[in-house]
Amino acid sequence: MSFDATFQNKRFNSVGTRPLRPDGIDKVTGRARYGADFNMPGQLVARVLRSPHAHARIKGIDTSKAEAVKGVKAIVTAADMPDLTDGDEALFAILDNCMAREKAMYDGHAVAAVAAIDESSAKAALKLIKVDYEVLPHVVDVDAAMMADAPVLNDTIFTQGVEPAPSKPSNVANRSEFGHGDVDAGFAKADIIVERSYKTEQAHQGYIEPHACVASCNADGTADLWVCTQGHFVYRQNCADLLGLEASKLRVTSSEIGGGFGGKTHVWAEPVALALSRKAGRPVKLIMSREEVFRASGPTSATSIDVKIGATKDGKITAAEATLRYTSGPYPDMWAELGAMTAFAPYDLENVKTVGFEVVVNRPKVAAYRAPSAPMAAFAAESAVDELAKEIGMDPVDFRIANVAKEGTRSSYGPVYGPIGIGPTLDAAKAHPHMSAPLGPNQGRGMACGFWFNFGGQTCTDLNISADGTVTIAVGTVDVGGSRASLSLIVAEELGIEYSDVKAVIADTSTLGYNDMTDGSRGTFSTSMATISAARNAIEVMRQRAAIMWDIPLEHIYWEDGHAKAAGSKHGNRAPLSVKDIAAEAGNTGGPIAGHSELVADGAGVSFATHICDIEVDSETGSSRVVRYTVIQDAGKAVHPAYVEGQYQGGAAQGIGWALNEEYIYGDDGRLQNPGFLDYRIPVCSDLPMIDTQILEIPNPNHPYGVRGVGETSIVPPLAAIANAVSNAVGLRMSHIPLSPPRILAALNAAKT
Amino acid sequence: MPAIAVSTTINDDTVEFLCQPDETLLDVLRNRLGLMGAKEGCGTGDCGACSAIVDGRVVCSCLVLGAEAEGRTIETIEGMANGNELHPLQRKFIEHAALQCGICTPGFLMAAKALLEVNPDPTETEIRFWLAGNLCRCTGYDKIVRAVQDAAAEMRGETA
Ligand code: FES
Ligand code: FES
Repeated sequence: MSFDATFQNKRFNSVGTRPLRPDGIDKVTGRARYGADFNMPGQLVARVLRSPHAHARIKGIDTSKAEAVKGVKAIVTAADMPDLTDGDEALFAILDNCMAREKAMYDGHAVAAVAAIDESSAKAALKLIKVDYEVLPHVVDVDAAMMADAPVLNDTIFTQGVEPAPSKPSNVANRSEFGHGDVDAGFAKADIIVERSYKTEQAHQGYIEPHACVASCNADGTADLWVCTQGHFVYRQNCADLLGLEASKLRVTSSEIGGGFGGKTHVWAEPVALALSRKAGRPVKLIMSREEVFRASGPTSATSIDVKIGATKDGKITAAEATLRYTSGPYPDMWAELGAMTAFAPYDLENVKTVGFEVVVNRPKVAAYRAPSAPMAAFAAESAVDELAKEIGMDPVDFRIANVAKEGTRSSYGPVYGPIGIGPTLDAAKAHPHMSAPLGPNQGRGMACGFWFNFGGQTCTDLNISADGTVTIAVGTVDVGGSRASLSLIVAEELGIEYSDVKAVIADTSTLGYNDMTDGSRGTFSTSMATISAARNAIEVMRQRAAIMWDIPLEHIYWEDGHAKAAGSKHGNRAPLSVKDIAAEAGNTGGPIAGHSELVADGAGVSFATHICDIEVDSETGSSRVVRYTVIQDAGKAVHPAYVEGQYQGGAAQGIGWALNEEYIYGDDGRLQNPGFLDYRIPVCSDLPMIDTQILEIPNPNHPYGVRGVGETSIVPPLAAIANAVSNAVGLRMSHIPLSPPRILAALNAAKT
Repeated sequence: MPAIAVSTTINDDTVEFLCQPDETLLDVLRNRLGLMGAKEGCGTGDCGACSAIVDGRVVCSCLVLGAEAEGRTIETIEGMANGNELHPLQRKFIEHAALQCGICTPGFLMAAKALLEVNPDPTETEIRFWLAGNLCRCTGYDKIVRAVQDAAAEMRGETA
């Protein structure tokens, strides 16, 4: 039966309420099991040897002394992980990143790994592995990497997307372009033009749980992997492809996940753990240290962005243009492209052009970080928009409202928008008491808008009804922060049963069909869609069972308010059958009752937010403090509003950290100087005020309940909102994120002289 | 290195274990005693995920040696509830949605419990500074602070 995903404007009973999350008790009692909390009999401990050089040719690796250490059971290098990627560049990048082959490409790149009976033996062995490096010149800065004389990281990279194709390799992997209209003509019509350059530094997702897994390869070719991941099906496919295993023989179980934010979307150490297990013939547990997490997993891109925007005196933008350069680590990806797509998404523009350059550098391979690439683009665009409003003499909110995108607007990245929430978030910001509250001394107020696409994707769900009428759903998307609760609400809504009668479990890769990652804010959007579909399939089965129980034709039975009811005067006085009534008779009417669904969720529904913040700056020290913060975002439909608010607040806090403090600091030697939470400082409780939220609900037409993704957009506006607030507080335009105390102080001092 | 024999009290039970001289209390709890509620987020005293209460003081168990547990009284997250009856802080954390991924939660609960034992009526600022040694990357702390305020009110008998 094909599933109709169109929005139906129904009245909700369960959806929109705030019940207790079902996994809460496990998580407050310490019983929930995360990546490092699983053990196998006879397991070994693994440790990874990492390159101390930013760029070096590996001329040889001698493991003989290390192998002789007592307790060492296996050592692997790239030689144990042959290249099976068959020309798939993305997969090769993952392989090379897991274990360096010819060259170490960044400080922290894995070059060998040891499995031993305990940590001290493993560490002793690491010290005895001799790697013969030929140190090569390196480059970590995005602008420096684009210079003609920069060391070239990979001589097979020829810039794609330029005509004619370059004849020489470079660090620019590709050029992408988006937009419409004629920007030159648009600028000619402008009364005022603002043209600025911006930089943002590299930030890490900063999940509190380091990557951890237990791998167990058996002699018969089967294997098990227990791992913290945002997508165990994708991990299974990656690991199977890289190690030459059959996907169905590798069972991957996702543990509870202690934060991911995009950083646990592809494999890092898991193939290495499997390779060690295969070689040792024993289970292997591999946990990354915090230092390894910073040096060798995750981070987002560092960027350098130029923006030019022109407007008429009465506040109409005539043209907008941006050039965006994004680092991707040593391997090409599509981060600049995403930045170029999102930069001007909130606006209705006649003439717009964005160009993205993807730049390889000697830094760790970039991974997605919550609305990847959008926060930096929004920082640049929204800073320039603010400055332009100021030059014209318009209120920044009014200026944005005058140029806002709406239903029918052709977006700056191509598609025409359906119903969208950017206008309503701006109207709500204008009306919000925060906007008119008085500011104290040394305080400034800033606001900014943000956009994210949201993803859908492949999803598979099982729904089983027990004989007592209670329900289990098995889903393949990991619960990163409350989705078990939201999905249980959806089942309760659809079947008309109590929330407490539903149990949601995360199924492993051998129990359910393939599911994409929990990324792109797709967890609740896609899985709720599949869950609704599975529930409707189960309702269909229950109608059939009711027909048998009553012995009347199926077409005379309809489903309403959680009951099978008989239609028409002939059958009308039968008491409706509840789920429990029908389930109790299942054994006599055809056996267990279940609903299954597999689908590709389309039409995730774009999401917009507007943030307002007040900042106080201490001009003596350059330090700044957020004194008030408000998030206004469209959720489509908030299934469990408490966890929607949590997503808004969490994204804002991450954005605040990035805007004010967080950055990767490299020495001249290309080594990361701050790989720990002491020197890479994420916001702590005393740094932040309460974060106010306002949920708007502009239904997504492509989801039965109107749900849009909510997880990512909240990190998009803060960089710009804070930069605008700091700029207003100090009376100087700040253009380099993070606005750390030394950077603010330097700007203040420079302005004095 | 020869192992050290340690006798201590954990969650009201007498516990004896052997550990290496350089082994942390966190490793002992997790790897030798199966008390895996304390988490390792950093191993360097910067995240608080490993928080435990030793003789009434909240500590980073990754910075305490296992051997130092000798003769002490230790509380961990596993001992916070009374059987199946949750501590008010545990209940309020769930009610206020003060956890998303939950990896930081055991540490926050330990730290908050120690706070309310010395200060039953903390201000928002006092809560925020007391909890500043515990990192949470998911929540932005808003709901955590509210959960602590609400639990404190309930424990003072001021339930709404
Ligand atoms: S693990 Fe002990 S403070 Fe982070
Ligand atoms: S809930 Fe995830 S780190 Fe706090």
